[in-house]
Amino acid sequence: MILLEIKALSVTFPTATGAVQAVRSVDLQIEKGAIHGLIGESGCGKTMTGMALLGLLPKGAQVAAEVFRFDGMDLATQAAYLRGKRIALISQDPAAALNPVLTIGRQMDDVLRTHRTQPKAARQAVAVELLAATGLADPVELLNRYPHQLSGGMQQRVVIAQALATGADFLIADEPTTALDVTVGAQVLALLRKLVSERGLTVLMITHDMDVVAAVCDRATVLYAGLSVEEGPARAIMGRPHHPFSAALLAALPDAVPRGHKLAAIEGRIPSPTQAITGCAFAPRCPSCLPVCPDTPPPVRGNSDHRWACHLDKGAR
Amino acid sequence: MDLARYILRRAILSAFVVVGVTFLVFVVAQVVPSDPAALYAGPRPTAEQIEKARVTLNLDAPMPERFVRFAVSMASGDFGVSYKSRRLISQDLGVYLPATLELAIFSTLLALLIGIPAGVAAAARRGSWTDRLGSLGSILAVAMPTFFFAMLLQMVFASWLGLLPLSGRLSREISVSDPLTFVTGFNLIDALIAGRPQVFLDALWHLILPALTLAAYPAGIAMRLTRSAMIEILSRRHITAARAMGLSERRILYGHALRNAVGPALTMIGLSFAFALTGSVLVEIIFAWPGLGRYVSESILSKDFPVIAACTLVVTVCYVLMNLVIDLTQAMVDPRVALT
Ligand SMILES: Nc1ncnc2c1ncn2[C@@H]1O[C@H](COP(=O)(O)OP(=O)(O)OP(=O)(O)O)[C@@H](O)[C@H]1O
Ligand SMILES: [Mg+2]
Repeated sequence: MILLEIKALSVTFPTATGAVQAVRSVDLQIEKGAIHGLIGESGCGKTMTGMALLGLLPKGAQVAAEVFRFDGMDLATQAAYLRGKRIALISQDPAAALNPVLTIGRQMDDVLRTHRTQPKAARQAVAVELLAATGLADPVELLNRYPHQLSGGMQQRVVIAQALATGADFLIADEPTTALDVTVGAQVLALLRKLVSERGLTVLMITHDMDVVAAVCDRATVLYAGLSVEEGPARAIMGRPHHPFSAALLAALPDAVPRGHKLAAIEGRIPSPTQAITGCAFAPRCPSCLPVCPDTPPPVRGNSDHRWACHLDKGAR
Repeated sequence: MDLARYILRRAILSAFVVVGVTFLVFVVAQVVPSDPAALYAGPRPTAEQIEKARVTLNLDAPMPERFVRFAVSMASGDFGVSYKSRRLISQDLGVYLPATLELAIFSTLLALLIGIPAGVAAAARRGSWTDRLGSLGSILAVAMPTFFFAMLLQMVFASWLGLLPLSGRLSREISVSDPLTFVTGFNLIDALIAGRPQVFLDALWHLILPALTLAAYPAGIAMRLTRSAMIEILSRRHITAARAMGLSERRILYGHALRNAVGPALTMIGLSFAFALTGSVLVEIIFAWPGLGRYVSESILSKDFPVIAACTLVVTVCYVLMNLVIDLTQAMVDPRVALT
């Protein structure tokens, strides 16, 4: 069953110097129970896509989409209703996502009493249970602590417990491991994986790191300059990327390069969000760019399971 | 634990402030170019009378001894006798201090209850009419001279609408024919102790206009401070996170953002409380409020030094206590305060 379906989502900020196209055209189809990766470089519109789903875009943002549906409901009108009920957010920097002046217990309880009508003692029991479910030791004692007394990994677990406390079944995890140590990050990913299978959750995993996709995602969408350029099973994208940008992202992974070789960073820069794009957005940086690429929008190739937008008929390499 | 240590530290610091001010007051008394003995001896004293007063007042003892005597008697609440009226200063203070404190505390509460929610509302609807009206109101409240605002309030609420009394602490029927038994000197409290609700209300009605006048300035500034702090906090990531968890806007504003944002306004209102203790002379005159401000200004004009000294110390202690209360509130609202 498809839980989230988005076609041609765009997010635009009208400004004095022209429209900023934070998201140009994003397609997403996410199966219930899946972890779906959304991967791209910094500034390509990943966070804005997530915020559009939550209806929490900054003031002035204009959203448009051909299809914008969550579990049969129109997100354009229902986002505020779904927020916290069905859809919750786990954000990039857990230290910033928790209120520094409130105890963990109070912040858990604020979420719980927003969504449940239970007496206080019962809510506290639920809070303890959820904190324990995220692998936090001594959750009872934790209730009286403040965020600054916790490590980054613990803070992120608290944020995950809060997301569970909402009762939401769809989590948007916006770079949940970027602010953490590699090992702690890996533990958090393992935790998410576990919670997804135990509780039947669905996750949109926003990341700029192919390793994260490899570690936990079932499927993934590659974003470039606010455009979906490739979507398919994570394994297929990791094994044989078809879009040259996906291939470049993969090649940029440290362990994809033999020892002693220079790291293959992608040359050039993402086009500015104010710039209009006529042909393929990646053309100026593409190693296999054809004469048609800069001026003609690329065709969508592949099948419904794995597709990409590129002029090369055999894909990258 | 942090909190307890923090309070202890603040309390010790406060004690130093009180001792320091006592010393300053004492030193100033030594350099003031008027002779206390001559003042004490009464109008047109003879040299002999002055000499006698000098002995009575112990003015010939060595300086350190006089300071210790001074400090000890101040601490025991023995402020001596007014040079001018020959009345016990502690007796006068017993009447004026509660009147002033009642007014200052009530106006501080008003400033909190008006300034902070107004700032929150303006920040929550930034750029709206609520915001613009609030900003205009705060500018007016800060810029309007006290006496003008006081008279405006009297004109509208007392003369035109007849809703509230013009001046005084109690209606004449009560204060003259059936006075309140003096217990604390706070009319609101004494009325409750005496079990006289209609007197309580009467005292409350008398309190409103002068308290509003005094509250205008701190409320206006608190509104601006709260507004700008709230705007900053509302853009923080944890507020977006709270919204993403579905928390209601009210809980986000008052439960989450205000706690981070209320610090500057609390500090400001606390400072203005101290100012209201003696700085409210104009308000006391306009509203015929028998308070400390008038008492001090009269004693300054007549160089009645013991009264000035007593008032200075009493105000210092009130100020220091208020600061402790504010520091404590801050530390409870924001646990990081106690760590610095
Ligand atoms: N309030 C705003 N007004 C105008 N433009 C904005 C605003 N917020 C974001 N943008 C623009 O939207 C674009 C996409 O931003 P977004 O935060 O979604 O990127 P991202 O892919 O999440 O990047 P990162 O990996 O750095 O988090 C950026 O170019 C940014 O400059
Ligand atoms: Mg981002």
